Amino acid sequence: MIKVKVEQLKKSFGSLEVLKGIDLEVKEGEVVCLIGPSGSGKSTFLRCLNRLEETTAGTVIVDDNDITDPKCNINKVRENIGMVFQQFNLFPHLNVLENIMLAPVDRKKMSKEEAKQTAERLLATVGLAEKAAEYPANLSGGQQQRVAIARALAMKPDIMLFDEPTSALDPEMVGEVLEVMKQLARDGMTMIVVTHEMGFAREVADRVIFMDGGYIVEQGTPAEVFGNPQNKRTQDFLNKVL
Amino acid sequence: MSSFFEYVGQCMPQLLTGLGLTLQMTILSLILAVVIGLVACLFSISKVKPLNWISGIYLSLIRGTPLMVQAFFIYFGITGAMNIRITSFTASIIVLCLNAGAYLSEIFRSGIAAVNKGQMEAARSLGLPYGVAMRKIILPQAIRIVIPSVLNQFIITLKDTSILSVIGCAELMRQGQQIVARNFRSFETYAIIAIMYYIVVVFLTKVFQIIERRLANK
Repeated sequence: MIKVKVEQLKKSFGSLEVLKGIDLEVKEGEVVCLIGPSGSGKSTFLRCLNRLEETTAGTVIVDDNDITDPKCNINKVRENIGMVFQQFNLFPHLNVLENIMLAPVDRKKMSKEEAKQTAERLLATVGLAEKAAEYPANLSGGQQQRVAIARALAMKPDIMLFDEPTSALDPEMVGEVLEVMKQLARDGMTMIVVTHEMGFAREVADRVIFMDGGYIVEQGTPAEVFGNPQNKRTQDFLNKVL
Repeated sequence: MSSFFEYVGQCMPQLLTGLGLTLQMTILSLILAVVIGLVACLFSISKVKPLNWISGIYLSLIRGTPLMVQAFFIYFGITGAMNIRITSFTASIIVLCLNAGAYLSEIFRSGIAAVNKGQMEAARSLGLPYGVAMRKIILPQAIRIVIPSVLNQFIITLKDTSILSVIGCAELMRQGQQIVARNFRSFETYAIIAIMYYIVVVFLTKVFQIIERRLANK
């Protein structure tokens, strides 16, 4: 089943065209990693998938909803798309449990008790059960990011978007976050991950997509893209980062 | 010196009546001003252009004219032209809340702008509508940021009430003027009034410090 279908997606900021026509289909349970140099449009593309960026042209269909249609109830669609940000973006005035419970209680009309149980269970799966009452400021970057993942999962999304989830972390904390993401992938979550972690992409991705200059330049299995890149730009990029 | 304290005792009943009215004016107009300020602020950050214009015009009119002119204009000008009568108290409240509302809207706007953009994005990505995200995520954080500036505005408004003595509002300053008109003891009288304002401002500052500390501890 197709979860995400993007056709001829274009996005401009003023006169600067960042995405120049992207086509992509993502199947249920697929893990797709987007790699490429900075400024290549990876993050912008990801943000178009839940309309944090308004698209300039083309269509984005998520779970059979055309989110580029102005009539689309984007809030409803977003409940099904979890997003994890580079800067975590936890709500600093709420404690960890409240961060996770907020959206399910407000949107899914879940009872506080039920939301609390869900939140505690999710915290346990990301290994932070004992941090429920802490405020984000008292957590390390890696812990904050794991809470952010739990917060997104609390809405029971069937797609997860990751926007460079480990780029703002100290090196020793990258592993703990990647581990949570790997578990998520093993559990069958549909994931689209913008990342600079080539090791993660190689190990976990079903498909690796190399973007450059607003286009998808090359895509394939990790073995194909990393082992035998066809395009010159992919080769240059991989030579620099590997 | 003993005669000074005697004098204080003599004028205190009248001055306290004035102070009571001053506090009433301050509290009432600030409650309204917070509401007006919040609405004007939301107008100014709205994506709907006409709302931006409304808040922009409001702000520039208030900023561009002196409080005393506004008071005379509303109390004498508008009421005269429209042939209606309002009390000087009502006129004072209108002037004060419009004034403080304009400045508070700018304070609120800067507070909202100071909240990291990622907060709104994270809230919206969870499916929260704009209004809910504003209410539950952005505003609670913005409030903490703006508390010192809001306190400043509250103090300014408290002190601005004294200007409304010019349209005959019987607040603290006006009461003092009446006393001086009777006995010509301007030095003592205005000193007492200054001290009374000062005490209220210091008290208000303390209250805000407590609120600020409470919020910071969370």
